[in-house]
Amino acid sequence: MRISAIVIRIIKQFLRDKRSFALLFIAPLLVLTLIWLVLDGNEYEPAVAYDTLPPFIEEIFHSQFSGEIEEMSETEANAKFQDGELDAFITFENMELSIILEGSNPTANGAVLKNVQDILKSLNKEGMGEPNISYYYGSEDINIFDQVGSVLVAFLVFFFVFILGGISFLRERTQGTLEKLLSTPIRRWEIVTGYLLGFGLFTVIQSVIILVYSVYVLDIWMAGDFWQLLIVTLLLAITALTLATFLSAFANNEFQMMQFIPLVILPQVFFSGLFPLDTLDRWIQIISKFMPLTYGADAMKEIMIKGNNIWDIWIDLFVIFGFAIVFFVLNILALKKHRRL
Amino acid sequence: MAIIHVKNVSHSFGKEKVLDNVNLLIQEGEIFGLLGPSGAGKTTLVKLIVGILEATQGEIVISGKAVPSLELLTDIGYMAQADALYSELSAKENLQFFAQIYRLKKQMQRERIDNVLKVVGLSDHANKTINQFSGGMKRRLSLSIALLHQPKLLILDEPTVGIDPVLRQSIWSELRKLKEDGMTIIVTTHVMDEAEKCDRLAMLRDGRIIACDTPERLKEKLRVSSLEDVFLAYGGGNL
Repeated sequence: MRISAIVIRIIKQFLRDKRSFALLFIAPLLVLTLIWLVLDGNEYEPAVAYDTLPPFIEEIFHSQFSGEIEEMSETEANAKFQDGELDAFITFENMELSIILEGSNPTANGAVLKNVQDILKSLNKEGMGEPNISYYYGSEDINIFDQVGSVLVAFLVFFFVFILGGISFLRERTQGTLEKLLSTPIRRWEIVTGYLLGFGLFTVIQSVIILVYSVYVLDIWMAGDFWQLLIVTLLLAITALTLATFLSAFANNEFQMMQFIPLVILPQVFFSGLFPLDTLDRWIQIISKFMPLTYGADAMKEIMIKGNNIWDIWIDLFVIFGFAIVFFVLNILALKKHRRL
Repeated sequence: MAIIHVKNVSHSFGKEKVLDNVNLLIQEGEIFGLLGPSGAGKTTLVKLIVGILEATQGEIVISGKAVPSLELLTDIGYMAQADALYSELSAKENLQFFAQIYRLKKQMQRERIDNVLKVVGLSDHANKTINQFSGGMKRRLSLSIALLHQPKLLILDEPTVGIDPVLRQSIWSELRKLKEDGMTIIVTTHVMDEAEKCDRLAMLRDGRIIACDTPERLKEKLRVSSLEDVFLAYGGGNL
């Protein structure tokens, strides 16, 4: 009897929590759809440039290479590498092909190499050796972990700050201390700022630990400056924190806070550069522009793999910071629900 | 002199009407009781007076200022029905936190914290974390936090729930003392013997005020001996 009473009580509670109920069914579908969307993209068509190819090879490339291919000088190619518009540059010297791969995108590297090897098979009769492969960013030592690692670091920081900050701000409400605080002359922005700074301190420590661990222990590919990377990480953490505290206004308990993970966090992972977006539908690319992690992951990649400086990626940082400010203001407005002043 | 003026206040949560056209005048320096069964709207009414809820209709004026007002909040000490304490912190740390929120001076902070801990009889437990506190101790600490900044208006929502009779007596004698120093005190309760101790009393039932006077006159008017009978006579039903 007692057991069935408990079972019935739980069923009732669950049915009355419409959001948890809906999430149980809708969230798995959402995540499945996301994975499908990402993995079902069209085959990647690399953009390749060449110089000094003998006419017969040039002809074969033009007829057989699937992707963009055009002739340009090495200087032009370098500029395009830096703009991220070129995946490989192919030259021919001493009866050997040299391929410079862009290096930061594993899918593009693979697509170029597969394409070139297919073409070489038909050329092999004419006694040519294996192509020389070199990398514009990184080297052949750069592996999948190095390439996704930068995105992963950004994600981990974002994820854990989100959970930590969101739930503690929520607890402030559920344990009644937010109401008590609002019965004092404290201003709403003071509460939000206090949270931001208090947790900001922990995010500094967290960011340092994650970065030190990935760069020095896991020996992840790191071409840039550690301190600049730390600044990017911190900016991203602050954005996660402001987003979390803002969203916690719309959760009634810890469980509902967790429900934001598949809705808000996971989509950002899929669209933040772990998988190439170039092949996906335009609407997905547009959605990704509204996600802070897109800019965070890009900034991390630029510093860690390409060795760029923060002033080279100021647009990313500016956008991330902009997100933080927007969430911060929204958070203050959301507290109006509890006290108008 | 009336310090609080509640004018035609109604409040609804969604479709549910919790307060229906409440009018009250609360005098400066009195202990004013709000008596009623649970669900009568006591908590909603005190939250409206504090300003952490806003009435759907009507207005509340305290000392000539409309609620909500940050300025007024400086002079209000509020103790909620649920203990709003940080369970990882010690009693003293909780008090320190709120003392800082009220921007008390360092020296003042120490004095006030010692003082309020003594009032609620928690001086010996100042450094214990709230996790180790009993329900009654938490209630007392919540009360001490409400007293911390020496408010002119003290609003207590069921302050003595879970507190033993001896301590309840001492808390009420402390409230008397505070009143004598000029503090206005609003207390919600569903306990009759506590209602007897109030200077004036409003009886609340289903969001309406069914009677409001001193305990003695309420009884006199109806020629009954207990407040319980008064409540029943006005159609309040059982508490």
